[in-house]
This record gives sequence, C-alpha cells and structure tokens, in this order.
Amino acid sequence: MTLAGAYAAVGSGVVLWGFLVSRLRARSWQTKGATGAVHEGGDTTLPAARIGLWTFLGVITSLFALFIAAYHMRMMDGMQHGDWIHFPVPKLLWVNTAVLMLASVAMQWARGAAEREALEALLGRLVLGGVLTGAFLVGQLLAWREVRDSAFFSPANPAIAFFYVLTAVHGLHLLGGLAVWARTVGRLTIRDGRALDVRLIVGLCAVYWHYLLVVWLVLFCLMLST
Amino acid sequence: MDYVALADRDHVLHDPQTFITKYIWSQDHKVIAIQYALTAIAIGLVALVLSLVMRLQLGFPHSFSLIAPGDYLQAITMHGMIMVVYLLTALFLGGFGNYLIPLMCGARDMVFPYLNMLSYWIYLLAVLVLVAGFFVPGGPTGAGWTLYPPQAISAGTPGASWGIICMLVSLGIFIIAFTMGGLNYVTTVLQARCRGMTLMRMPLSVWGIFTATILGLLAFPALLVSAVMMTLDAVVGTSFFMPAVVSMGRAPTHAGGSPLLFQHLFWFFGHPEVYIVALPAFGIVSDLLSTHARRHIFGYRMMVWAILAIGCLSFVVWAHHMYVSGMNPYFGFFFATTTLIIAVPTALKVYNWVLTLWRGDIHLTVPMLFAIGFIFTFIHGGLTGLFLGNVTVDVPLSATYFVVAHFHMVMGVSPILVVFGAVYHWYPKMTGRMTNDTLGRIHFWITFLGVYSIYLPMHYLGILGVPRRYFAYTTTDFPASVQQLNAAITVAALIVGAAQLILLFNLVWSLFKGTPAGSNPWRATTLEWQTPDTPPKHGNWGPKLPVVYRWAYDYSVPGAAEDFIPQNVAPSESVPAGYSHGAVG
Repeated sequence: MTLAGAYAAVGSGVVLWGFLVSRLRARSWQTKGATGAVHEGGDTTLPAARIGLWTFLGVITSLFALFIAAYHMRMMDGMQHGDWIHFPVPKLLWVNTAVLMLASVAMQWARGAAEREALEALLGRLVLGGVLTGAFLVGQLLAWREVRDSAFFSPANPAIAFFYVLTAVHGLHLLGGLAVWARTVGRLTIRDGRALDVRLIVGLCAVYWHYLLVVWLVLFCLMLST
Repeated sequence: MDYVALADRDHVLHDPQTFITKYIWSQDHKVIAIQYALTAIAIGLVALVLSLVMRLQLGFPHSFSLIAPGDYLQAITMHGMIMVVYLLTALFLGGFGNYLIPLMCGARDMVFPYLNMLSYWIYLLAVLVLVAGFFVPGGPTGAGWTLYPPQAISAGTPGASWGIICMLVSLGIFIIAFTMGGLNYVTTVLQARCRGMTLMRMPLSVWGIFTATILGLLAFPALLVSAVMMTLDAVVGTSFFMPAVVSMGRAPTHAGGSPLLFQHLFWFFGHPEVYIVALPAFGIVSDLLSTHARRHIFGYRMMVWAILAIGCLSFVVWAHHMYVSGMNPYFGFFFATTTLIIAVPTALKVYNWVLTLWRGDIHLTVPMLFAIGFIFTFIHGGLTGLFLGNVTVDVPLSATYFVVAHFHMVMGVSPILVVFGAVYHWYPKMTGRMTNDTLGRIHFWITFLGVYSIYLPMHYLGILGVPRRYFAYTTTDFPASVQQLNAAITVAALIVGAAQLILLFNLVWSLFKGTPAGSNPWRATTLEWQTPDTPPKHGNWGPKLPVVYRWAYDYSVPGAAEDFIPQNVAPSESVPAGYSHGAVG
C-alpha cells in the first residue's frame, strides 16, 4: 500500500461523505404539517431480503478485499525474504471456473423462469444450477488434492497456504448459498410454488451466484498472476 | 412488497405461544435485547473481577499473592478483549440496538426475527467458547488483547497452545453472530421505519447505532481474516504472521511471516472498533441530554453528519496504533493528519452537547447525571488522544500508563457512563418501574469521582514513563510516589468496582419494588415512549403502526401546551392527556 493509495482512500471517504450530506439535507426541525410530502414509510419499497443480501455482499466484499490485501502484503514480504515460492496453479481450476460460470448462467436462466412464474422450468434450472455448483466444489477439492500431492506442497509456503485459505473461504460462501438453494428447491418440490415469492428468492440466489462468480474470477486471476 | 402494508396485517408473523418461545427461543427484539444485555453484563462482571485482581497485584505487590506473572498477562488479555468486544460491542448493538431500533423507528420487530434470534444464541456460544479458555490446559491466552504474533502463539506465552485457539475461535463465532445481528439492524433502519419517519427524523441514538453497525460489518472481517490466518499458523504450521524465530531454543518450521501484517489487519478492525463502541454512545447521550434538558438537540443535522464523518474517517486512522512499529515516517505523518482531522467532527459533537445544555431546563435526573459525566470524561479522554495522535509525543508515551489512562477514559469509562445513563433512562420502559433515585445518585457519584481517582493519576504515571503490562516493578528508578499512587488507584478501583453492586441491587430491587413508571415518565418525544403498553407487548404498537409528523426533539416549543411534543402528534393536535403521565414530573 502506498501513501498515494492511502490518500485515495481518504479522498473516497470525503466523496462518500459529500454524497451522504447531499442526501441528508432535510430541515427536520421544521414541521411541515404532513408526512406524505416527505416520506411514505421505509426509505425504500425494496424487500427487506434484497437490502439484507446487498448489505451482506458488502460484508463479503470487505472480507475478500482484506484477504487480497493480506495476500499482496504477504507476497511482497515473502518475495523479499524468499519464502514465497510460486507454484503452478492446477489446470483443473480452469475447468472449475467454467463450471461455476455455467452454474451462474443456470441461475440466471432460473431467474428468467421465475419472472415468468414458469414453475416447472424453474425447478429444473434451479437443480441444474445447484448441481453445477456442487460439481465446482468437488472440483475444488480435487484441485486441493492435486496441490497436496505435488512437489510444491508445504504449509510454510504462503503461496500454498493462501491458495487453500482463499478457495476454502470462497467455497464456504458457496455452501451457504447452496443451503438456501436446497431450501428453495425443497419448498418448490413439496409445496405449491405459487405460495412462495419465487421471483424474489430465485432473483436473490442469482445475484449471490453472480457475485461469488466475480469473487472467484478475481481470486483466480490473483493466483494466476502472482 | 410494501412494508407498511405487511406490518399492518392483522396477525404478526411469529406470535410466541409458549414460555420457551416467549422467553428462551424468542424472536421478539425486546427479549433478544435483554438476553444480549444480561449475557454481556455477566461476562463483563468477569472482566471487572479480573481488573480488580490485577489492581490488587499492582497496588499491593507484597501483600497479595493471588496471581503469578503468567496469570497477570492472562487476566489483562481477557479483561481487555471481554470489555471491548463481548461487553461493550454486544451491549450497545445487541442490547440497545435490538431494543431501540424497532421501537424508535416505529417498526414491529427486526425485519429478520429468526436471524436475530440466531444472532443471540451464536453470541452466547462465542462467550462460552471464550470462557472455556479459562479451563483448557494452560489457561486462556496471555498475549495481550491485541494478540500480536509471534508471541501469541509462541511457547512461553501463557495459553499459547489451547487458550489462543479458544480466543480465535470465539472471535470467529462472535463475528458470525454480529453479522447476523448487523444485517438486521441496517435493514430494519433502511426498510422498516414507520410512515413519516424520514432518515432525518430519526433520533440520534438510531443514527449512532446504525452507523456503528455499518462500521462493524466492514471492520470485523479484518479481525476474522487475522483470526483465521493466525489459527492456521498455530495449528497447521503456516507462516502468514509467524516469522523465522528461535523459540525456547528451537527453530520452528515457520519462516518469513509478517507480524506487521497482523498489526495492520488487527488495527484496521481495532480502530473502527473504538467508534463501534463510541458512536452508539454519542447517539444515546444526545438523546439523554436533550430529553433531560427539555431542549432540542443543538445542531441536529450537524450531529448526523458528524457521526457519518467520524464513521468514514475511522477507517483511515488505524496505523496511529503502530507508530512504534518502524513504519515509514510519511505513513506516520499521514495517520497523524487523519487522526487530528477526526477530532474536528468529534469536537463539533462535544460543542453541540454543551450548547444543548445551554439555557436548557436541566433536570438533574440520574440519566442526566451520567450523560453530563460522560461529557467530562469524554473531553478528558479525547484531549489526551490529541497527544497520542502526534507521532513525536506518542513515541515516548507509547506502552506507558498514559495510553492506558487515555483509552480507558475515552472508550472504557465514557461509553460505560452512557450505558449506565441509558439503563436508568430506559429501564422504566423495559420493566414498567422506576429505579431507585437515591441509589442511582450514589452509584453515579461514586463511579464518576472514582474513575477520575483511578485514571487521572495514571496519566502522571505514564508521563513518568511507567510501562504498562508489567506484573510488578521491582528495582526501578521511579520515585516512591509511583507505588503510592498505584496503591491509591487500587483502592479507588475496588471502591468503584464494589459500587457497581449498587446498580445491580437497584435493578433487581426496582423490578419488584420500584415505583410504577407509567408510559412516559421522562415526558420524552421519541416513539418508544408512545407505545400503547409499558413494557411494550409483542408487536410493539397494537393494531396500527404509529405515524410520525415531526423530528425527535420538539422540547419546550414556544406556544405548546406541554414542554414536549411526541413525534407521533400531528401539528393540528394538542398533546393528548396521558402522554405526560409518569412518575417523574
């Protein structure tokens, strides 16, 4: 991290603050005599689950950004001390990446079916998305085994350690998504899908999957480029 | 889906039917708040006892043999971590956040009640894992609350085998619990406010808790990252933080790890953590001062902006905790600058609190005493922060008692005074009964004068150069007054510690014998005092949600029949009879 980066962070904070200030200019001490002119309840009519998900994505962003910052700082240190030893990223990760992309596409496809309330098509596409995600996770485990069996494997090598940590943390987030996915599929299977707000649930699942795909692409590029 | 329509449905979504669902596995935000508060206070008492044991050792090193040097380090570590994370963070956000957000925003509950319930039980699990550290082989970690590597996981440090693992696992669990709760607080504030409750009509308590929650959601991941990586260093022999060292005559397998990386991660969490504790206190104290001075908060809009500005800036000051880590001097300059900049919005808040009191109709109630006490201690702690924010002053004072005095005044004593004030203020709403006024005043004066007796001399010790974290000072060149002061501080600490029993007794006694409070004993404007029932029942508002017509600070409005106008009173209405009903006139 450079000093310029630090000042950029302050600058961003000031811009954000300016934005907030511009939004928060109401002279609330002046009672205007009516509520409706200013506000009709919650600040937004967005469903709570959607706001909750986006807030959670903010938390995930912070988590992975900090992991990436730690990766970068440790790599700089390690290259200076000579304990950061590059290793060839398993080729299998390319296949896994493609599978996760397909999973994301399937989720988007399911989202389209949910929008049209085509429940039969929805179930099939959701199952496809979940199965592909499961395949991705199995592929990641196989990649773990490949690295463990390679000549480069050593816990003391931070490049190897970061490979395991980053893939594990990303995989855990996908597992969390799969838990919601399983609950949704279960409810769609045993109950009338029309009783569920499938548009919302599947839409949020799709957003989560796309987001974790982007996170994975960033992590994969990071590991490939260093 | 429109929230208001959902909230006004005839039935509530999770109506508790049995004792278990009502009081144990409850999804009611008020019950969860009290569960959080009681758990936090219980573990906080453990930390209080640890501090008294440490004080006995420091004040009378030759009279007591309660603890060995290793135990002292363990006590200091557990005291710090419990007070900062498991007491203050949990109490302000899990306790007051849970209780106040839905009530002050005019909502029936948190938007994700089940997640809210899980948040508490996972928090309890985190506390239990932390406490388990006392019973594992080697005891809890003695690495200091900052858990710096390499000593945190090196042989020779107390608790370096099991204790540190308990601590790291517990922190990880706590962060999961906090995230669940935090998502609730943020979403509820953004989405579930009642009609008319604009962002700029929210009481400052909600603003403080809301902003602190966002800070927590963004900052706690840094602690999680460092906890995960340090656990791996300790358990599987990775070298994220562990450098190549010779430990106890042996060279472990670690090589090249960066302890500085840990410090950056830790303080990227650690400094916002100060504001995670302070911002709710700022918000709550604003409401206490305004209510009990019968005067609108001075500069409301400025207060909101100051909270947001402090929140933003709190992410770019972390390395002022690392001036002595050998950092690039330009970094020191940068972080000193940001640290001094953050004093500007903070000072604005202090001026506004004082100006709120100016020409107010001040009622020296117990909550007001604590709120005014907070202004004193916070100004005191804040001013010493300006000393330590400057690199050249910080370097000689680093790791001395001056630092201990500073951070205890600013983020220990000050927020705790607000907690006490808030407990006295909202206890009538939570229980329907007033606390005993005389006991409350005795509790305040002993605590307020006592904390000054403890921490004022510590500044002097620090300026003399007395280092912190030492079990005993044997042959030193310090004047004899150092030990005499240490003994006096210990006596004061014991008195202050014992005085907290007055509070506990008052809370329990008042539950059964307290004067009935009525619905709005402080004649306050905010929504939580306008509930149809006291304590509020499940769902808070009866059949219809309130509608808000004004900000939260319409006190002593010229021409009004009463000296307060609740937020849900329309401009065309007068204050209905019964709003001013209560035990305190």
